[in-house]
Amino acid sequence: MVPSPAARSFLAQRLTAHRHFWRSSALGSVLEPVLFLAAMGLTLGSLVDRGPGVPGGVGYLAFLAPGLLVAAAMQTATGESSYPVLGALKWDRLYDAVLATPARPVDVLTGHLLYVAFRVTTSAAAFLVVLVLFGAAASPLVVLALPVALLTGLAFAAPVTAMAARLEEDAAFAALQRFLIVPMFLFSGTFFPVTQLPVALEWFAYATPLWHGVALARDLALGAAEAGSALLHLGYLALWTVAGTWLAARALQRRLVR
Amino acid sequence: MESLVRARGLVKRFGTHTAVDGIDVDIAPGESFGFLGPNGAGKSTTMRMVGAVSPPTAGELRILGMDPAVDGPAIRARLGVVPQTDNLDLELTVEENLLVYGRYFGLPRATVRERTAELLDFVQLTDRAKDRVEPLSGGMKRRVTIARALVNEPDVVLLDEPTTGLDPQARHVLWERLYRLKQRGVTLVLTTHYMDEAEQLCDRLVVMDRGRIAAEGSPAELIATWSTREVCELRFPLTEGGAGPAAHADALAPLVARGAAERVEVLPDRLLLYTADGDAALSEVLALGLRPLSSLVRRSSLEDVFLRLTGRTLVD
Repeated sequence: MVPSPAARSFLAQRLTAHRHFWRSSALGSVLEPVLFLAAMGLTLGSLVDRGPGVPGGVGYLAFLAPGLLVAAAMQTATGESSYPVLGALKWDRLYDAVLATPARPVDVLTGHLLYVAFRVTTSAAAFLVVLVLFGAAASPLVVLALPVALLTGLAFAAPVTAMAARLEEDAAFAALQRFLIVPMFLFSGTFFPVTQLPVALEWFAYATPLWHGVALARDLALGAAEAGSALLHLGYLALWTVAGTWLAARALQRRLVR
Repeated sequence: MESLVRARGLVKRFGTHTAVDGIDVDIAPGESFGFLGPNGAGKSTTMRMVGAVSPPTAGELRILGMDPAVDGPAIRARLGVVPQTDNLDLELTVEENLLVYGRYFGLPRATVRERTAELLDFVQLTDRAKDRVEPLSGGMKRRVTIARALVNEPDVVLLDEPTTGLDPQARHVLWERLYRLKQRGVTLVLTTHYMDEAEQLCDRLVVMDRGRIAAEGSPAELIATWSTREVCELRFPLTEGGAGPAAHADALAPLVARGAAERVEVLPDRLLLYTADGDAALSEVLALGLRPLSSLVRRSSLEDVFLRLTGRTLVD
């Protein structure tokens, strides 16, 4: 599926803006994994490794790193699809300007998701470099965490965009962050296997797209992936992406063509 | 020649609110056409429909001979839009705003680059090309928006309240640039609630009120049809809780009876005496023994037309 010329023009516009702040954005993309891998991976990890350790017969750092890479993708994608989307609809009215050209709402959405894909992929690549430098790569297969991060990012970007397209106020984003994103970040298997959770919460974790992204990236990175479960993870992430995109397209059409 | 914009019985409803209530409009190529009316008259809603971004609720609308419901992108490819509120990309520079915008019209990069340079020169912002848009003054942002709207060399430029919120100097700079566009043969469609703007820029205009067209014609025709040649404005002291200027309206009745004035309009702060000869009317007012705080004799304007048609002033 080739994006329309208008969607590519939208991507070009966002990339032009990105050129003005890529340094600070790149700094964040490097600094965050450094901090997390140092604090959680090395320090906490040394404690974990002295105890019963994590499943899979690897050190905590190698267990943590691919999952954390995917969780960071969730954060990036959610961030790019919340305030910036509402801002472009309501504050700067950027989308109105774009729709005065031959572009349609669906082009704006496609261009936006392409830009999120760019942001997620470049951030995840930076993360991957840090990960390798930390000696957190159990095998070269860890590179497969990149496409998983991309798909996980889209599985969040699409529904969050749909949400942003329906909002009048930005207060809901704080709630989204507090009640969904942060709990997911903490309890969806990034830092410890979800089997450690009470059964009810464990099943809740299985329902989150993040767990599927984290589990798949980790299985691939540790060379432990099985075709069946891998397809299930991919399918679940794709489902969120497709359903979210459909909802976002509908919401943007309603909001912008009145 | 075929109309560039043709509307028949055009209606736009939002829920139970009718914003545009059955208007007929024809705009010819090369014409400068204005929608004059107060806030909430339905001007911007009409502009959004003409801009092929808002589907009409009912009625017929053809833009550049096409149906916006079917050919929206093709129509928009030939329009230039200057919205009421600037919607520039504040993260980009002046120049980048035009460069990225040109791409949406499928123009080759070299063409966009060339036009961007020309247009920034046209709106006198060449020296700000590399500056970010955000800190620019309101007048400059407006000029960037206008330059951006011209990047596809549009057949029709839609300007929604082009100078609202600008200082007098910035307004005059803008009017002069728009006048140049008009001289080049570009069709301008604009909305305004400033009568001086309509008089400066419009060959023909419609006066809108509550979603309907109250009158149509050139500024001169409208004034000739709906007002007198001159107006004598009489200001009286405002008394607390009193009738104000209205108290003196009856005293002017003899003037109207004698034909020295056509009619008297009562505003909260003054009386307007519509007459062919303002100075003569003022002499008679003073002869009647009335002593206004101040008086002013002026030519009729579109404001008077609007007042006559709707009983309200344009800018409240």
